[in-house]
Amino acid sequence: MKEIVIISGKGGTGKTSITASFAALSKDAVFADCDVDAADLHLLLQPLAIKSMPFISGNVARINEQKCSGCGTCNSLCRFDAVQPGTPYTINPTDCEGCGVCVHFCPEQAIEFPPQRCGEWFQSETRFGPMIHAALDIGAENSGKLVSLVRQEARNLAEANQHELILIDGPPGIGCPVIAATTGAHAVFVITEPTCSGKHDLLRVLELTEHFDIPTYICVNKWDINPDMTQQIKIAGEEKGATFIGTIPYDQQITKAQIEGKTIVEWGDTIAAIAIKEIWNSFCEQLGIAS
Amino acid sequence: MKIAIASGKGGTGKTTLATALAQAAAQPVQLLDCDVEEPNAHIFVKPQWTNHKDATIAIPVLDTTRCTNCGKCGELCQFNAIVTIANQTMIFSDLCHSCGGCVLVCPEKALQEQPKTIGYIDTGHSGEITFIKGTLVIGEAMSPPVIRQVKKTAAADQLTIIDCPPGTSCPMMTAVNGSDFVLLVTEPTPFGLHDLKLAVETLRSMDIPFAVVVNRAGCGDDKVDHYCRNEQISLLLQIKDDRRVATAYSRGDGLLSALPELATQLRSLLTEIEKRINQAQGQTQGGGTQ
Repeated sequence: MKEIVIISGKGGTGKTSITASFAALSKDAVFADCDVDAADLHLLLQPLAIKSMPFISGNVARINEQKCSGCGTCNSLCRFDAVQPGTPYTINPTDCEGCGVCVHFCPEQAIEFPPQRCGEWFQSETRFGPMIHAALDIGAENSGKLVSLVRQEARNLAEANQHELILIDGPPGIGCPVIAATTGAHAVFVITEPTCSGKHDLLRVLELTEHFDIPTYICVNKWDINPDMTQQIKIAGEEKGATFIGTIPYDQQITKAQIEGKTIVEWGDTIAAIAIKEIWNSFCEQLGIAS
Repeated sequence: MKIAIASGKGGTGKTTLATALAQAAAQPVQLLDCDVEEPNAHIFVKPQWTNHKDATIAIPVLDTTRCTNCGKCGELCQFNAIVTIANQTMIFSDLCHSCGGCVLVCPEKALQEQPKTIGYIDTGHSGEITFIKGTLVIGEAMSPPVIRQVKKTAAADQLTIIDCPPGTSCPMMTAVNGSDFVLLVTEPTPFGLHDLKLAVETLRSMDIPFAVVVNRAGCGDDKVDHYCRNEQISLLLQIKDDRRVATAYSRGDGLLSALPELATQLRSLLTEIEKRINQAQGQTQGGGTQ
């Protein structure tokens, strides 16, 4: 079983559109949406949930008004400016890091520390195969842990039903959720765009995948916006040890397909659809997956 | 006046709008790049750098000669960053949230804090723009402390524009926290609309006033307009889908180099936001005089 993560560094380069197309082209895969705080893959794969579970993670401090003596110990110890002085003192749950320091040191034991519901995760069926996805609650923390949970559930499902492949739609950036989505994966597939920002962010992503020693493949979406930059990205990526796997032309049909809730490869033989199919075949060949 | 530029979905044009607003402002302005995982605004601002400093968090170090392996630190730590197993205490600084609890709870005073660099803060200038950029060290997981330090580096009483990270969780919330107003940049597509709704809910839960800017207007459908109308959210600006903007952007040239005529509209946008902030503050202070 192979785990492939699609990331981008920079947001909005086409990760989800291309992951969904790969899902449509794949033969025997489980899909996982690990971009849990702005998950969009379900808009194209239209999953039907067969199971949903709450995601409980960490705790949040809450002051019991009756017990608070107003001594201010919590406020003086909190490193996250989460305590608001007053009678009684209160804690802003948005700022609370869940470290429990105030809970431990409150002389009146007036601070409760209940477990926090941070979101919900789902096991679903799509027209291309099973999918694990999640939604972080509004204002909730611990997105990295939810990413790990989605990945683990996808792995459990793939192992139980002997699926050959897990396709993961990853988050943007290089921080906590990206690290949680990529460490230990078989390969990372980076979708970038031919812009100064795309190149800048790609190089940071490549340092990250090098740091965690994950084989990395690069594809430039909308390559014809700036062919020179596409060439520069190819050279810079290969210098960093990544495999350049192909380019996709700018295609307005991708947005049209998205509006209809379809992947571009289902939409028709458009220029982008043809390029994505070629890239998928070549990627499968390189990784030894049945295309 | 602090205005944050956020989005939910990535790649909708946050940096494009933030840098163009700062360039159009025609007054001294601070531009903060709080997208510390992938900071890009410097590409368009091209500042002269004047200052570079480390962004650090405090992590515990253990004096093994004092430690009795009582395990109290590990019991307090909610993040498994310090653990006592088999009569040995170990620190995993990558997991440390820098709360300081272990140092306080240690009965032997065996733990002390020392700074660990997790990012960099660079300051520079370009015309009337004071530019402050945060950069997360690659391999570090936690961007919020770097974002907080970028914001602390800025002067308090100046027009400030904050380029935020995408998403709606901790990094985005840390970046918009304390702003007077947020502009949510979206695009007229199903992905843009879906993530806009999440960002709207997040800002409502934080009680920060906001309005929407539609970028690449005309490239998709009109559902963002409908949504904004139904939710009574102001749509303050539409930037037309224009390949000239995309090409300029790809070279590292900003919105105003492709569409210089937008400068007047952006200045009116700043005036409109200022008016709305004053109204909102008047309402809370004066008990709703409107």
